[in-house]
Order: sequence, then C-alpha cells, then structure tokens
Amino acid sequence: MSLNISALREQFPILKTQIDGKPLVYLDNAATTQKPQVVIDALVEYYSTYNANVHRGSHYLSDEATRRYENARTSVANFINAAVKEEVIWTSGTTESLNIIAHGLMQQLGTGDQVVITEMEHHANLVTWQQACIKAGAKLVVIPINEAGELDLRAYESALNSATKLVAFPHVSNALGTINPIEELTLMAKNVGALVSIDGAQGIAHGGVDVQAIGCDFYSFSGHKLFGPTGIGCLWGRKAVLEDWPVWQTGGEMIADVEYQSTTFGALPNRLEAGTPNISGAIGMAAAIDWFADLDQQAVQTHEKALLARAIELAADMPGMRLIGTATNKVGIMSFLLEGTHPADIGFILDRQGIAIRTGDNCAQPLMKRLKIPGTARASFSIYNTIEEVEAFFIALKKAQTMLA
Amino acid sequence: MQLPSSQEIIDDLAFFDDWEQRYQYIIDLGKALPGLPEEERTADRLVKGCQSQVWMVARSKDGKLLFDVDSDAVIVQGLLALVLAAYNDKTPVQILDFDIDAYFEELDLERHITPTRGNGLRAIVAKINGLARNAVH
Repeated sequence: MSLNISALREQFPILKTQIDGKPLVYLDNAATTQKPQVVIDALVEYYSTYNANVHRGSHYLSDEATRRYENARTSVANFINAAVKEEVIWTSGTTESLNIIAHGLMQQLGTGDQVVITEMEHHANLVTWQQACIKAGAKLVVIPINEAGELDLRAYESALNSATKLVAFPHVSNALGTINPIEELTLMAKNVGALVSIDGAQGIAHGGVDVQAIGCDFYSFSGHKLFGPTGIGCLWGRKAVLEDWPVWQTGGEMIADVEYQSTTFGALPNRLEAGTPNISGAIGMAAAIDWFADLDQQAVQTHEKALLARAIELAADMPGMRLIGTATNKVGIMSFLLEGTHPADIGFILDRQGIAIRTGDNCAQPLMKRLKIPGTARASFSIYNTIEEVEAFFIALKKAQTMLA
Repeated sequence: MQLPSSQEIIDDLAFFDDWEQRYQYIIDLGKALPGLPEEERTADRLVKGCQSQVWMVARSKDGKLLFDVDSDAVIVQGLLALVLAAYNDKTPVQILDFDIDAYFEELDLERHITPTRGNGLRAIVAKINGLARNAVH
C-alpha cells in the first residue's frame, strides 16, 4: 500500500492557504506540523459536547471527559509500547517533560557526578541539564559530533563511567536531521548504570518508537510536532524509576491525603500531574496519534525518504549550496547555507513566494558555534509534502540566489 | 550616500507593480547603505535577533539625531534604510511624531516589522524612539 498524498492533503485545511496569491508550501514541519481535520474536530467536539473537569466523577459530563481523557493516555501508551499506561505523564510539551526529569535529577546529583549530553542538542535538552549540573555542582560532559553531524560513538563510550548519573541525547537532531542510534547509545549507558533520557521531539513523528525495545528510562515528546495541538506533550518514564521520582509541581490532583502541615502524594500518573490538566490537548493529541498510527508506516517512511532524496539531488545541482548535516541516517530535515547570502534573506524571499522555512540558530546556539556558522536556513518535510513542493522550493531558492547576487 | 526621503521611497515603491522589483529595490538600498566598519560592530551596539543581527550607532548634531546602522542580512539592511529615511537627521520631536506603522503599511511591508519577526527591526525602532524621548526630556 502506498500513501495517497492528495487525499492526505485534503485532510489538512490549512494546506489550502494562499500567501500573497501563491499556494502555501509549508516546509517548517520540524518547528510544528499542521493538523488534520480529525484533530480539529476532536477539540471542537470536546468543548461542544462534553467539557467538564476530570477525576471528579459526580456527573455525566465529568465521567465522559474522564473516560476520554484516560483513553487518550492509553492511545499514547500503545503508540510507544509503554508497559503500563501509568508510565505516560501529560506535560505541556517536551520542554516541560525534560524539566521534570532535570528537576528530579538535581536532587540526586552531587559533586563528582556527571551528566552526559551531545553537541547536537536543542536548547531544551541542554540548558535543563546544564542548570541542574550547576546547582548540584556536577559536571556536564558534551560528546562531540563529526563533520557530517553524527555522534562520535568512541568519545561517547569513553566518556561513560560510574560517575555518569544520566545520559541525555536527541532521538533526531532538530538542526541536522541526524537519527541517532538510540538503542546502541542506551545500551552503552546502561552498562555503566546511568539513567537514559531521550529527547523525542523530532523523533516521534518519524514512527516506530518502542520504549521497551529502546530500553531507555525516559522518552519525551510534544503533541504539536505529531499533528496534534500545541501545549500538550508527554513524559514517558519507566515505572520503577518514575514512581519514586521527586514530585514536580504540587497542588490538586497529585495528592492522596492532605493535612495542614503535611501531604501524602498520590500514585502514578497523578503524582506528577498537579492541577487541572490540559484535557482538550490530551484528547486532541490522542486523536492525532490514532490518525497517524492508522497510516501505513512503511509508506510514510518511503515517502519521507523520497522527499529528502529529491531535495538532496536538487541541492547537488545548486551552485554554492552547502548542506549542514549530512548524516547517512537522517530524516527529512535540510539545513543549508547558500554562498554569499544570509539565511534571513533567503527566508524573506521564500516567504514572499509562499514558502515557509525556518531561518536562524535553530534553538541550538552552541551547535552553530561548534559548526562555526551564524545559523542556517532549514527546510523540513512532512508526510503531506509533495515532490512538486520540493521542486518549487528549489525554484524559489534559485530566484532568491539571483536576486541577492 | 544620500538616502532618499521617506516620501521618495513611498513613491518609488508604489511605482513597481511586482514584488520582485520591490524586493530588488530594498536589496539595492541595503547594498548602498554604507554600514559600519568592523570595529564599530561591537557587542554594546548589537541588537540581537535570532534570525539576523543589527548594529546601531547614534549621535546628535545641531539638535538632530543621526544614526549609522548595519546588519548581516542585506534585506534587513534595506529595511533599515527605510527606517533611517524616516528618522535620520531629524529632531527628536519629528522622530516621535512620525508614525512608523502607517509608513510601513503604506510601503506594504508591515509584515516585516512586526515584533514577532526576530530580525531586530522593531528593536531598532524602539531604540530610536527611546533616544528621541530622552532627548526631549
């Protein structure tokens, strides 16, 4: 079975948008993906027909909202093959998930301990650990990448030792597109007894995440990069680790017994979910996951590979184009520089032609410094993009090059 | 370089009937603006955007404010030329009286100067207005 791209596109109302009279070509999918009608409908249906607070089952609507909200948790758990659904904690997104881990880790770190990260981190998977290390007096070890943007596995292995309390790396690099060998990296870290946290913000939409097979302790991701709403995401954590993890925010929902002078905290997942949750977000995220999981995953990967392959082919014919991130194993993210032009200028001229890309430091300033570049222009592809759009992007890029010459 | 006046720019841009000519005009303005020598592009003069960077040096002469600017992106530099056409060599009162939003709207470029664009243009406008306010008080 292959993907029927035009039928798929029909499900995304925003793709009919015209910018300055030109059809929108949306190539900023690594920043956020667009939403299919089923996700938009799920949000509208919740607010129109069963909006109520959850876990206060004293009336019909509350029961219905709770049932759908908890079903949403089950959808996520099944999607990533969590052992039990209590391992899925709702958060506002990857950043909050990582902060919950870093906040808890900080209380366990001491002088002489180390946290290992990589040179390819997004700020969310860097500043969190950096600040935890600063507060705890621990050492942050940064593993180098090679010129293609792949992690130096030797350096990684030799950095690991009994002082390594946690290892954090991205499943997929947001700036370079590199897919990391996450199972191998996890295994090596486990051999020294370290906790393993994977930033799945970019990895989750590329399918096939099985947290049990990976063997990690934490996997964090956002709904909005997976065709779901903004403001909702997940922290998946192995039950044995998560059930004793220091509580994050305190307040309602996360408690078992409260006295004026003391509180007994609740069990998973509630103990890490204080306050009224993002009910509509969770339901919308599950709608997105159910929609996505229903697609032929093999066909999705084949299509994404075809888009990237066509882009790489056209890039080779483009004079002065330098690709940033040329890993053998990578997703449809193409960061680049065009000789003699600034990424912001490229962005201006593409925007005027209806083409949406990202320009700038990609929220990875240390990585840009490491690569000795001020930033990049970045086109990132998703399942609803077409080969014709990739070609339109290069035609627009040529125009930009001519105009800026 | 003698910058065209804000009215001349409005007239010039209105003359073009397609976006390419309009953008080419802005690019050419950007290239013509002398910019700042390397040693003047210092950190204290930098207005950092996450997409492009802008440097500005301000001085006053005979009751008027004078600005020199530079950017690493040529279209931003061109947009800065449009901003300078409105503000450079003007009295603080003239600066404060100038409606920059209406000007950019008239140029059909308001999308580029919204605060959400991380290109430093809005910050430069705020800085110039701040200097003008200080000069008045």
